[in-house]
Amino acid sequence: MDFNQTDITQLHADLVAGKVTATELVEASLKRMDATEADVNAFVNRNDEAALKQAQALDAAGIKEDQLLAGIPLAVKDNILTQGLTTTASSKMLEHFTPVFDATVVEKLNQAGAINVGKTNLDEFAMGSSTETSYFGTTKNPWDLTRVPGGSSGGSAAAVAAGDVLGALGTDTGGSIRMPSAFNGVVGMKPTYGRVSRWGVIAFGSSFDQVGWITRTVKDNAILMSAISGQDDHDMTSSHQAVPDFAAGLDEASVKGLRIAVPKEYVSDAIDEDVREVIEAGLKHLESLGAIVDEVSLPHTKYGVPVYYILASSEASSNLQRFDGIRYGFRADDVKNLEDVYVKTRSEGFGEEVKRRIMLGTFSLSAGFYDAYFNKAAKVRRLIAQDFEKVFEDHDVIIGATGVSTAFKIGEDIDDPKKMYYNDILTVTANLAGVPAMSIPAGFSKKNGMPVGMQLIGKKYDEQTLYNTAYVFEQTTDAHNHHAKLGGDQ
Amino acid sequence: MAANLDREQVKHVAELAKLSFTDAELDKFVPQLEAIVELFDQLEEVDTTGVAPMTTATDEVNVMREDVAVKSSDELRQALLDNAPETENGLIKVPAILDGSED
Repeated sequence: MDFNQTDITQLHADLVAGKVTATELVEASLKRMDATEADVNAFVNRNDEAALKQAQALDAAGIKEDQLLAGIPLAVKDNILTQGLTTTASSKMLEHFTPVFDATVVEKLNQAGAINVGKTNLDEFAMGSSTETSYFGTTKNPWDLTRVPGGSSGGSAAAVAAGDVLGALGTDTGGSIRMPSAFNGVVGMKPTYGRVSRWGVIAFGSSFDQVGWITRTVKDNAILMSAISGQDDHDMTSSHQAVPDFAAGLDEASVKGLRIAVPKEYVSDAIDEDVREVIEAGLKHLESLGAIVDEVSLPHTKYGVPVYYILASSEASSNLQRFDGIRYGFRADDVKNLEDVYVKTRSEGFGEEVKRRIMLGTFSLSAGFYDAYFNKAAKVRRLIAQDFEKVFEDHDVIIGATGVSTAFKIGEDIDDPKKMYYNDILTVTANLAGVPAMSIPAGFSKKNGMPVGMQLIGKKYDEQTLYNTAYVFEQTTDAHNHHAKLGGDQ
Repeated sequence: MAANLDREQVKHVAELAKLSFTDAELDKFVPQLEAIVELFDQLEEVDTTGVAPMTTATDEVNVMREDVAVKSSDELRQALLDNAPETENGLIKVPAILDGSED
C-alpha cells in the first residue's frame, strides 16, 4: 500500500468492495511510520494500539457506501485535544497531559469512523515557522533532511509528504498550515475564520486560530474540510454559514473567466527568485486555461508582520496565563509559595520562543504601551482587511507565493527571531482579515530542487473557489506527482 | 519608542508575565526584544485617523445560551484530577500562599 498512489475516494471504494480492510490500511500507515520516523520525526506520539483496535471493529461491522471516511488513517496535530491520548502542544508544560474530552474536530472524525494513527509534532504551542521550537525535537523535511518542514504544523505536513497518511489536521494562526504545506509540496487549507470549531484546540491567538487540513490531493482536502466544518455550540465564533460539499463539483470545475488578482507585494523582489519563477509560470498556466490575471496592490502587506506579532502575541500572553502549575501540566519543584509555583513553573515549563511571545504580548498590552502597540496594531489590522475587501470587489481569487523562500536549513534562522518572523509575511494577512487561504504544490526550485507552494486567497466563506482553482491547477500540472524519497524508496 | 524597552523594562514586563530570567538569558533576550519592538514601531508611519480597531474576524454577534449546571461523572472527575500535579482526598493541592510555610 503506497499512500502516494491513491486517495480517499479510491480507498473508500476498495474498502466497500472488500479489496482492502481498514486494518490493512492502518498497518500500512504504521509500517510507513516505522520506515520513515527515525529520519523525519513527524510524530510526537503514535496511537498504534487504539488505531488497530478501531480498524478491527470497523472491519467486523463492515464499511458501507455512505461512510466515506470510515477506516481512513489520518493524523492529528498535537495541539488538538484527543480524549485519553496525551496532547502536548510540543511543550514540556504539557508533556504528561491527558485530555478528558475530544476537540470538536476530533469528535466529528471519530463519528465518521476515521482513524487517528498519531499526534504530529509542532513548534511549541504552535509558535514558530520551522518546528525547531518543539520540546520533542525538530521535524525534518522529507525532501531534504537537513531542511526544516516549516511550521508550526511541520509534523502534519511532513507526515503527509513522507507518505505516512493521506491527511493530517493542522492549525493556522499566521501561516502554520500553509507554510509547511508549501515547504513539503503538499496541499494545505486554512479555512475562513469561524468555518471550523476551535473547541478543544489549545488556544494561541484566538481571533486568528483556525483548524484545517494538510493532504496530498486537493480533492481529499475538500472532502475532509466538509467533514470538520460547521457551527458548534462550544465555540461562539463558529459560523452559522451553511457548509458546502466542497468536493462535489470539483470534476466540473473550470478557471475560464476566473478573475485572478496578483498583488505586486506577493511577487516582489523580497521573494526569492527561484520561488518567483515557479509562481509566475503557474500564473501563466492558469492564464492559458482562460483565467484573467490582473496585477493589484495590497498596500498594507508590509505591516502584516508587526501587526500580527503584536496582536497574536497579546492574545497568546492572555491565553497562556492558564499554565500556572496548579490544575494540570508541569509544576516546578522546590517551590516555597504560590508566587513561586507560578513563576518557576512558567519559567521552566515554557521554551524560549513561547516566553519571547508572552513577553512581547504582555509588553504590547501593558499600561502606557497599549495605545501605541495593541490598539495601533488593531487599527492597522482593519486596514489590512479592507485591502482584501477592495480587491475582492472585482476579483475572485488572489494568487501569489506562500513563502518568501523554499524550506530553509535547520538552524539557519532560529537565533534571529526577527528574520524568522519575516518568513510569515505572505501568510499572516489572511489570518488578520479572517479570509480563507490555501497553499498548493506549484513546482520545484531550480536552485535547490525543493517544492514551491502557490498561495490562493479567497473571499470569506468562499473556500469553494479556492478548491476549484486548486483542483484545475493540480489536474493540469505535474508537481503533485513527485514525492519525497525516504525509507529505501526508489 | 523602542528606547523604552531597556533591561529594566524587560524585567518589569517579566514580572507582569510571571516569568523570571537569569542575567545570561537577559543578555540574549533584551537585544532581541528591542529589535522586534523596533519592527513594531514601523506602524507609527501608518495613518489610522478615524479607523476603528479590529479585534476579531468573526461575523457572529451576541451568542447566548442558558446557563445550566451539568453534573459530570466520577470518572471524568478522576480523569481531571489525574492531570493535576498534586492531589489529596480528591482535591487539588497547592502550596501555601504565604511565604515559607510548607503546608
